[in-house]
Amino acid sequence: MADLFDKLILYFHYPFVIYALIVGILIALCSSLLGVTLVLKRFSFIGDGLSHVAFGAMALAAVFNLTNNMPFVLAVTVISAVLLLQLGQNAKIKGDAAIAMISVGALAIGYLLLNLFSKSSNISGDVCSTLFGSTSILTLTTAEVWICGVLSVITVVVFIVFYNKIFAVTFDENFARATGTRASLYNLLIAVIIAVIIVLAMNLVGSLLISALVIFPALSAMRVFKTFRSVTVCSAVVSVISAFTGIIVSIMAGTPVGSTIVAVDIFVFLIFFIAGVIKGEIKR
Amino acid sequence: MALLTCRNLALGYEGHAIVKDLNFEIDSGDYLCIVGENGSGKSTLMKTILGLQSPLDGKIITGDGFKQTEIGYLPQQTVIQRDFPASVWEIVLSGCLNRTGIRPFYSKDEKREAREIIEKLGMTPYIKSCYRNLSGGQQQRVLLARALCATGKMLLLDEPVTGLDPIVTAEIYDIVCRLNREDGITVVMISHDIEAAMKYATKVIHIGKTVFCGSKDEYLSSVEARLFIKDGEENG
Repeated sequence: MADLFDKLILYFHYPFVIYALIVGILIALCSSLLGVTLVLKRFSFIGDGLSHVAFGAMALAAVFNLTNNMPFVLAVTVISAVLLLQLGQNAKIKGDAAIAMISVGALAIGYLLLNLFSKSSNISGDVCSTLFGSTSILTLTTAEVWICGVLSVITVVVFIVFYNKIFAVTFDENFARATGTRASLYNLLIAVIIAVIIVLAMNLVGSLLISALVIFPALSAMRVFKTFRSVTVCSAVVSVISAFTGIIVSIMAGTPVGSTIVAVDIFVFLIFFIAGVIKGEIKR
Repeated sequence: MALLTCRNLALGYEGHAIVKDLNFEIDSGDYLCIVGENGSGKSTLMKTILGLQSPLDGKIITGDGFKQTEIGYLPQQTVIQRDFPASVWEIVLSGCLNRTGIRPFYSKDEKREAREIIEKLGMTPYIKSCYRNLSGGQQQRVLLARALCATGKMLLLDEPVTGLDPIVTAEIYDIVCRLNREDGITVVMISHDIEAAMKYATKVIHIGKTVFCGSKDEYLSSVEARLFIKDGEENG
């Protein structure tokens, strides 16, 4: 035990470990905030679709040899989010089918581009780390840490400022619209925030596991808590603790960061699920 | 001047009109029931009044300083709401949102008003309860309270008693009736329940093969009513 603790202290002397923890916690915080809205608005598939689009953008950035690819990926993902939302609302192709088309399309084209043009000698390694985020959180540059930090803080502030509006639009869009709230504007805002979160979270868990990071904390919180505010706060806390635990475990045990965090999230969900059942039994 | 006037409205989807030449006025203090068969265009009319959908033709004019966004809307329950984690307080307060403008949070006045409305509808004991654990009648009261937070002038209720038992149905009708008579709130109700509609309404709009707009007494002696009410009795 003492050995483990010493090892931990040793790791904390490395700046990249500290960076990983700070950024990881910030990203986990952001990604949990909109989880409830996504789950309840049946928007979770948009999250999934966008994460694949982000993968495609990442591949494209690699082909063009962009050194700092985050701004590019961010721009592509935000634009796709806006387009997907418009498609979902008024297209002849049903929203979910359109999203499925775009997301698997982006995934396939992205992989194809990487194979054709990448100069890297380890393509499958690159792809694997983009999809599952195996080590990327530990290899962030200082610039990326700053971008992640600033974007996370902006996301949290925007969420708090628009909290009441987001609640109203999520709970009953028609009522909000009828009483003069500009619901389409807030839907757009939600879509843009989701896009930002996805690009951020890609660094932490990779593009395939983002949905897990967004949805599990919210689902856990919804098992036990009954008001929108307590669910939101609880899912933020759950997400931060899971991310922290996941990063520490992965460093100590040498497991991939992203999947370890998600594994912790699943474990916490099971605990909350059981707690919810017990709570329900007691009430009866 | 009337609160809301509809002139030569044509309603429908994608250029195809279901209802044409609809002319009516809603005055302050009216209790208007919109009746008609399924698929006749009742919900389309409602969405148009609320401004959720634009009419194919014609105009909706508001008067007396009344704005279209001041209609308190009591919608039918959506699937989302059935498992939504939200307290009674959070939902009712969200009715005040149209007054906050760019202010991100609710003011003390808005919170006080929401509390008073909850008290008035007898939901104070449940203020912290979760919406999805309430009974159907209690849920309708919560949504009614939210609608009242959004307006002091006009309520629009979309089949408010669907799926409720007779006792709770009577309670809801009673609350709406009191809001209309005592507080002078204009009520517009879409209803399947023709009997209750005839009991409370002062004005009736019947949408079907032909359209009728007028006072209740005129309606009772009209052709539309004779056919519709007779049909209803035979089916029921």
